[in-house]
Amino acid sequence: MTDQPSSPKKPSSHGAIPGLLKGLATTARTLSRPTHTAEYPDAQPSLPPRTRGVIALLEENCTNCMLCARECPDWCIYIDSHKETLPATTEGGRERQRNVLDRFAIDFSLCMYCGICIEVCPFDALHWSPEFEYAEVNVLDLLHEKGKLGQWMSTVPPPSALDPNSAEPQEITAVNKPARKAPEERP
Amino acid sequence: MLEVVLRSVSVLLAFLVLPLAVGQTEHKVMAHMQGRLGPMYAGGFHGWAQLVADGAKFVQKEDIVPQAADRWVFKLAPGVALVPYLVALSVIPLSATVVAADVSASVLFVLAASAVGILGLLMAGWSSANKYALLGGMRAAAQLLSYELPLALSVASVALAAGTLSLTGIAQAWSPLWLVWQLPGAFVFLIAAVAELQRPPFDMPVADSEIVMGPFTEYTGLRFAFFLLSEYAGIVVMSLLFTVLFLGGWRGPFSDSMGPLWTILKGLVIAIVIIWVRVSWPRLREDQLQRLAWLVLVPLALAQLALTAGVVVLTS
Repeated sequence: MTDQPSSPKKPSSHGAIPGLLKGLATTARTLSRPTHTAEYPDAQPSLPPRTRGVIALLEENCTNCMLCARECPDWCIYIDSHKETLPATTEGGRERQRNVLDRFAIDFSLCMYCGICIEVCPFDALHWSPEFEYAEVNVLDLLHEKGKLGQWMSTVPPPSALDPNSAEPQEITAVNKPARKAPEERP
Repeated sequence: MLEVVLRSVSVLLAFLVLPLAVGQTEHKVMAHMQGRLGPMYAGGFHGWAQLVADGAKFVQKEDIVPQAADRWVFKLAPGVALVPYLVALSVIPLSATVVAADVSASVLFVLAASAVGILGLLMAGWSSANKYALLGGMRAAAQLLSYELPLALSVASVALAAGTLSLTGIAQAWSPLWLVWQLPGAFVFLIAAVAELQRPPFDMPVADSEIVMGPFTEYTGLRFAFFLLSEYAGIVVMSLLFTVLFLGGWRGPFSDSMGPLWTILKGLVIAIVIIWVRVSWPRLREDQLQRLAWLVLVPLALAQLALTAGVVVLTS
């Protein structure tokens, strides 16, 4: 457009011929250039690292807190757990109880890939994986248990590096802290 | 007798192979013009067997005749649309000597034969007992009748310039000068030919986004494939006809030995132009279509005819 940007574009008064020629030129130019097609089954697509392909479970980090299952907008996460009593480790000590994860399943036929479960997990048990080739013939087979979810952990990319001048992670700060001085040396 | 059989078989072979070649060219050229690859799997090398696979698929489909349809007319229509192009192809010369049937007034014969194809579309549209098919059939009839006139006029101009109604004779009388003073006629012929074939931008009769598939709406399987084949056979016939009438047919370097090759090569270029136009231009509305035929092409063709007549009278 050559006139003011606010005015609606007027049809050009040059008639049909320039437009027709322009159309021919455009298709001819496209013909002479390489195509954009990626031949998928033969060539793997290059996906960005944070692609939301599938949700992977790191079972050791899960505390059965149920936050993910409760936050899930379409209730596609199934968690079963039970309490286990650990005997006292020392004589006269107290017995301890802990939660054991019996079942963790995500129904990917319901999942809408919003990622809220991953955001809400307090112990980083859930992760995005770029893996996407898990289509099934039967929709019921899309309910994946913790074994399958755990296998996808190997495809999760490492977390991206920190920004250049950011603070060090908590763990490293803790290790590098000088040891406490003994009480008698205190002023 | 053997020679007749041999000629018939070779025409039939050309009729089966050339449209498929044009169809495959369209698949690939159209795809690349749209930044795609087109068929890549069938047959292994760049999907060369895609249309063969399509044919195998069409053969397996159920042949459905609608209950309310006019049975015999419905079943006959694809043949009526297809066979005229086969007949037309048999008189088009590939070189001065390579022609299946050398008819003296072959120009008239080709025009008459290809005009019969309209009947197939009308039959299909009417007998389908479907409003979309009927609309499409009516549009096809209106369009083909309007564009028959400029087509015939532009051919008449060439015949007048050559002083003969034989395609072989016209190509022999051709000289490079024709490219200049028969140019308006060639332009009219090409446009009218694309319209006769009902290909975009003149695909109003089969406009799939408004009347489903026009006269072909109710057709399935092999009969539908015949209609598609007749479209591509039509491209072959019209391209070769354009080559013989306006581009001198087999003329070119080494035309004594490579004559037929030159005709086919030039025809292929014209076929690619027809494909190119299809990819580039939007569909004409029904009124624009008639306007173009009667207000642009017919006067242009008449002017060309007058010019040719004047030149012929002055030079002879």
